Amino acid sequence: MISHFPILQVIIPLLAAPLCLFLRIPRLVGLFAILASLTAFLISFALLNQVIETGTIEYWLGGWEPPWGIEYRIDLLNGYLLLLVTLMSTIVLIAAQTSIEKELPENRHAFFYVAYLLCLTGLLGILATADTFNLFVFLEISALSSYTLIGLGTDRRALTAAYQYLVMGTIGATFIIIGVGLMYMMTGTLNMFDLAERLPAVSNSRTILCAFGFFIVGVCLKLALFPLHLWLPNAYAWAPSVATAFLAATSTKVAVYVLIRYVFTVFGVSFVGVSLPLGHIFLVLGLAGIFAASVAAIYQLNIKRLFAYSSVAQIGYMILGLAMGTKLGLTATLLHLFNHALMKAAIFLAIGAVVYRIGSSQLYHFAGLGRKMPLTMAAIVVGGLSLVGVPLTVGFVSKWYLVVALLERGWWPVAILVLISSLLAVIYVWRIVEWIYFTPARIIMDDVQEAPLTQLIPIWILVLANIYFGIDTELTLGVSNLAAQSLFGQ
Amino acid sequence: MLLLTMLVPAGSVPAIIAARRHPNVREGVTIVASLIVIYLVSSLYTVISGGTGVELRGPEIFGGLMIAFRIEPLGMLFSLVAGYLWLVTSVYSIGYMRGHGEQNQTRFYVCFAVAISSVMGIAYAADLFTLFIFYEILTLSTYPLVTHAGTIKAKKGGRVYLGVLLTTSIMFLLMAMIGTWHLTGTLDFRPGGIFDQSTAAAAAVLLPLFVFGVGKAAIMPFHRWLPSAMVAPTPVSALLHAVAVVKAGVFSVLKICVYIFGLDLLTTLPSTDILLYLAGATVVLASLVAMRQDNLKARLAYSTVSQLGYVTIGALLATGAGALGGAMHIAMHAFGKITLFFCAGAIMVASHKTEVSQMRGLGYRMPVTMTAFLIGSLSIIGLPPTGGTWSKWYLMIGAIETDKWVLMMILMLSSLLNIAYLLPIPIRAFWVDHESDDRSGAVMQEAPLPVLLALSVTAIGCIVLFFYTQPLYELALAFLEAAGIPYGG
Repeated sequence: MISHFPILQVIIPLLAAPLCLFLRIPRLVGLFAILASLTAFLISFALLNQVIETGTIEYWLGGWEPPWGIEYRIDLLNGYLLLLVTLMSTIVLIAAQTSIEKELPENRHAFFYVAYLLCLTGLLGILATADTFNLFVFLEISALSSYTLIGLGTDRRALTAAYQYLVMGTIGATFIIIGVGLMYMMTGTLNMFDLAERLPAVSNSRTILCAFGFFIVGVCLKLALFPLHLWLPNAYAWAPSVATAFLAATSTKVAVYVLIRYVFTVFGVSFVGVSLPLGHIFLVLGLAGIFAASVAAIYQLNIKRLFAYSSVAQIGYMILGLAMGTKLGLTATLLHLFNHALMKAAIFLAIGAVVYRIGSSQLYHFAGLGRKMPLTMAAIVVGGLSLVGVPLTVGFVSKWYLVVALLERGWWPVAILVLISSLLAVIYVWRIVEWIYFTPARIIMDDVQEAPLTQLIPIWILVLANIYFGIDTELTLGVSNLAAQSLFGQ
Repeated sequence: MLLLTMLVPAGSVPAIIAARRHPNVREGVTIVASLIVIYLVSSLYTVISGGTGVELRGPEIFGGLMIAFRIEPLGMLFSLVAGYLWLVTSVYSIGYMRGHGEQNQTRFYVCFAVAISSVMGIAYAADLFTLFIFYEILTLSTYPLVTHAGTIKAKKGGRVYLGVLLTTSIMFLLMAMIGTWHLTGTLDFRPGGIFDQSTAAAAAVLLPLFVFGVGKAAIMPFHRWLPSAMVAPTPVSALLHAVAVVKAGVFSVLKICVYIFGLDLLTTLPSTDILLYLAGATVVLASLVAMRQDNLKARLAYSTVSQLGYVTIGALLATGAGALGGAMHIAMHAFGKITLFFCAGAIMVASHKTEVSQMRGLGYRMPVTMTAFLIGSLSIIGLPPTGGTWSKWYLMIGAIETDKWVLMMILMLSSLLNIAYLLPIPIRAFWVDHESDDRSGAVMQEAPLPVLLALSVTAIGCIVLFFYTQPLYELALAFLEAAGIPYGG
């Protein structure tokens, strides 16, 4: 049983998804989804423990030996992310129980959970697999289900947003499959680790360069690297709030994982760093993303869109960490992956709670909410402070490491730019604070109450996690460090 | 006990919130908490003067950084000042807030308590990292106090406040901290500093980053936040912008200069001199600007900017006398300036006057307030019989010791300017032309009793500090000793 854990956690949500359709009773479906997600979480927890104790787990699907059969391989890097994704998914699902009541018509609830679980399946599959084609399949599963999730939003603009994402996502997926195809053509293998062994021999061929280019661009589209981020703000703004929280916390993170995996494991630092100027491209795009998206965030009127732009900016930080091509830089990226998931999940869930109560996510409707929903608003503020990088929050830890890594690399002007960019975050966060606490209400909200407990509890678990992991960094930093080490060890 | 000094104010927060519907209970809680804090800091003081060190280490956060506290004499001095003045201010604010009919009083008391506990954190921080954490908490917790009124003007002031303080702390202070950590691998406050010869060149670059980074020290051109913060209710201006926030700034500068750089290194750095003269320029320019302000609080705010420059000068002079004067000036200026702010608030509550030009003949209506104002002014100027005399004395000695005659002149000039912008206010209040009709309608119309009580206490404090300077002086000397600075006089 335990030896099958790597595949089980992918299979469980996959099987649970269609079962949701049969259950029919809305309340039961929700609980069932939580159960599935929780099981996946417990499994991933056990897996990560096992990895830390005994090292990388290799699992051959159906007993077929790789590179012919499909291999699943859990190491520190993806073990860590599996834990993150299942944890976020479970917490978000708890809040989803009540949140979707207001945002979705009742006959769609089951569909929501189906799409959600399928999306989870896809993300977990991407993380666990060591097979390139298998990765593509899971990428499509998660992408298609997230189009559905976004399209479920009540506002009709959700449909165009989903469509936009569909077009962009499909282009990305096509690029990825072209890259995979070219790699297969040159090496005859699809297993990542097998690829890593065979690629150096052919690495100076133009085909491999093309493959790499296609693949990286495709993945960057998925992870919304500036300027390929255009699908993201709309998608996040119009999707049901819990879907936004889930996608923001997990899906871009998984795409960043794919990037890291291919850059460091499959192609190798020597190929990417030495023969290609990828570091510099990432540096420029990362910085441009940070600044452009932060500035855009300042001018948003819809608070979901605002934080969506902020997500694009935060992805810029992660890419910046990668651009350095150093161990410390990678550590900073991995830390920020985890930390950013915590912040954004907390913020989007809190926004979801507001939408649940007042039915709007327009910034000016937040006026005066500081009195009506103090706990929810406090959660947004703490999440915002964490985005800025105030000490004792997780944001501070990741920013600290990013700047230290930049100094170590000798890129001190970039370090200064990173610090300046935090000030942009101060501006967009503070705009919200002023609306919440220092502006009289614009709409009648006599009967507005604090969010229901089923939403407050998950929100505050995340908020407290934001603070806890800002003080006790043993788990996040330790694992990021070890994962970065092992990626550079090869 | 050390931890308690921070936990008590923070712990009073839930109690204050719980008692939000009962103003009397709420304010009672504040007073009790501040009494406990005074008890705690006083007993810590006895422990410290007994020669025992108090230390506390939290869990490691990352890379050897942790939240750690250690009491040393300078921090003790700062926390004593802040602790005592918190009580006085609490009494004052009860009178003021009620007299003025302010909104959101619960939020006010809550933020106040949080601010005080972060001040204690700053005072006892054993390393730069801990100091930085509490420094930021202090900024954030005082923001709601600055924007308390909720008007557009208050919001604008709040933006400048937060903007300048966060910008400097993130851009310069954090950068300098990470740079220091990168170079030396530690952020501990150590006697003699943490830089060695090999990193001295980098230290020259880091020094200005630190000095500007501590935006709360209000060195020009990063002083704009202080006048903007004056939109806050007066008790806030009084405690936070005469004592807690600005003093946290200069305290940090002093600590960084002494314990991170070390005075020996400081004298050899080329950037020290430039900063020294910049601080000197701040002192004079701010005084000049103060003269032109008609709004009383704005005038006081610029006066604070100028006085903060004194402490920074004391730290950067890098001599025993300079550091001694700087440390003493933290306490002296706190008492003087808080008195002046209290008076400004009292005038506002009792007669709704905010401009200096309206205050002719006010001395007949508010004799107590105006007398206190006079005493406070004398202390700021540095005239006997008030405490401000001593700190300026040592600062001047420091300037002479290092043969910085220009600086000496600056200090003298600034004292003259202080006279020019502070003394006319009480003088005009008492000696007006007989034709002025203000006097004819003069009836005693003083501010509420708690307000008067508070401002009298601090005014008397100014005088007491002149005659009874010994404990303060010893504490400052102990600070020099702890930091390993030789001091002859």
